[in-house]
Amino acid sequence: MRASRSEIVLRYLLLVLVFLISIGPFAWQLATSLKSPAEDIYTYPPQFLPSDPTLDNYVKVGEIVPVWRYAINSLLVGVASVVSNCLFAAMGGYALARFTFRGRRLATWAFLATLLIPGEAVLISMFLTVRSMGLADTLTGVWLPGCAGAINVLLLRNAFLALPREVEEAAVVDGAHAWQRFRRVALPSVKGTLAVVALLSFMAAWDDFLWPLIILSDPDKYTLTVGLQYLSGTFSNDQRLVAAGTMISVLPLLALFFSLQRFFFKGLGEGALKG
Amino acid sequence: MLQRASTRRARVTTRARRARTVQRHRWWTPWLFLVVPLAVTVLFSLFPFVNTVVLSFTNATPLGGGEFTGLANYREMTGDGQFWLAVRNSTLFMVVVVPLMVLLPLFLALLVAKQIPGIAFFRATFYTPVVASAVVVGLVWSWALGTQGLVNGFLESMRWVNEPVGFLTDAQLLLFSTMAVTVWKGLGYYMVIYLAALANVPKELHEAAALDGAGAVRRFRSVTVPALRSTMILVGTLSAISAFRVFTELYVMSNGSGGPGQQSITLVFLIQMVGRGLDGSVGYASALSLVLFVITLGFSLLLLRLNRTEDRA
Repeated sequence: MRASRSEIVLRYLLLVLVFLISIGPFAWQLATSLKSPAEDIYTYPPQFLPSDPTLDNYVKVGEIVPVWRYAINSLLVGVASVVSNCLFAAMGGYALARFTFRGRRLATWAFLATLLIPGEAVLISMFLTVRSMGLADTLTGVWLPGCAGAINVLLLRNAFLALPREVEEAAVVDGAHAWQRFRRVALPSVKGTLAVVALLSFMAAWDDFLWPLIILSDPDKYTLTVGLQYLSGTFSNDQRLVAAGTMISVLPLLALFFSLQRFFFKGLGEGALKG
Repeated sequence: MLQRASTRRARVTTRARRARTVQRHRWWTPWLFLVVPLAVTVLFSLFPFVNTVVLSFTNATPLGGGEFTGLANYREMTGDGQFWLAVRNSTLFMVVVVPLMVLLPLFLALLVAKQIPGIAFFRATFYTPVVASAVVVGLVWSWALGTQGLVNGFLESMRWVNEPVGFLTDAQLLLFSTMAVTVWKGLGYYMVIYLAALANVPKELHEAAALDGAGAVRRFRSVTVPALRSTMILVGTLSAISAFRVFTELYVMSNGSGGPGQQSITLVFLIQMVGRGLDGSVGYASALSLVLFVITLGFSLLLLRLNRTEDRA
């Protein structure tokens, strides 16, 4: 089926429309964050481009709340979450996929059952647990409950199951022990899934709000999401500053996403070419 | 008897042989691999769940203690106006959001399914609202929907309204604004699910239908929709569950208040309101959590059931 010229034009028009709807609000926020105090940000029709672009708001927002420390806190939790999820979920997934042992079904079911329990439904009880471990109001407490997500274990289990067994059997014959087979043979073959797990764990840690809100009380330990809400709730008079804060939170993540999106949509792209 | 024993022995030997050829490890090696993720799952999901069930029958506070009070929390719930308000708001949320989430991302997926120049860029940008945190999204839209924001500026300049619309200050409108923002943020997520499913729809079906003279609308209804039925059920269930889990957007857009007079609260909002702080009521919050769990579990079971009938058909 060859698409007609008018259909192509219509397609692109719609694409641009949805593009504007998706990106517009962020672009407007970015523009606001670059406007100087002298500029009226409430005029109508709206002036999109700042008449006198300035980075002052990014400096000033750091003077009101320690936004850069929040960014570092978020980064710490995010990086720790990526490392722990990639390592522990891969180990768990490998055990479920490649070892035969008593209790394997039970362990698999434990991970599956976790998927049915929404985090919000165990929130209060989880808080009591983490507090009893002495981790309330710490970044470790923010990171720990999500440090080896059940969904990641299952994703990696499926990735390992999809690998041909023969390579690992050859490694057994060569005398490789379990850890060597996992580390040298199996792990390098599931890089694609690991990339997805890494991206998803970073996003989950960086974007989470409810859990850090519950567990953190010292404003110095806030992550970016909680810190932003604190900023806008307490000092919301200046939209330019709130806008600068949101950009500090969202731009690094978008940069990361756009640099990795190829991996993310890869499987889908192949499918679409076929279809 | 003898025969059964021998088959069992045969099965044991095959299993042993298979195990020997595939792997060689000590009995505790798998558990060494599993110990961290399993401990995390037990400690931060399964145990808290059991604990939530237990606590829901007590009058525990965040400071600890608490006595067994039987069904008192559940009895309190039936007469609690705030609870019914939260259930009403969350249900309304689901009823409005789910149909939009089933249909709009499908159209988006159809729009980006065709491999044309620049399509990867458009796909990625349509996904950006999913990547951004709910806090950022809430703040961005609070700015746009505020009394001095873009949307009101537009409506006033068109002279469609004389004074700013209270998108964030009217309890009912705030709830609908939150729904709109949730849909906007979720479109890309479900678009990706549909894209994966669309890749599996045989192209021949479309071509055959086109040869038979079916127009685009007819082909959509007679080819695409039936082929995507199970995906639509999946998206409907997932979006229903997440509709009941909505919290952050509402928290941010109401500046932590739950709307004027706390009239816009949802179920999760109520749970954290009741359970947080030193004067919180852990027992009652646990009972509320259990209601949330039962609702989401209901949707999950419904999905399993529908999938099973789908497979049989």
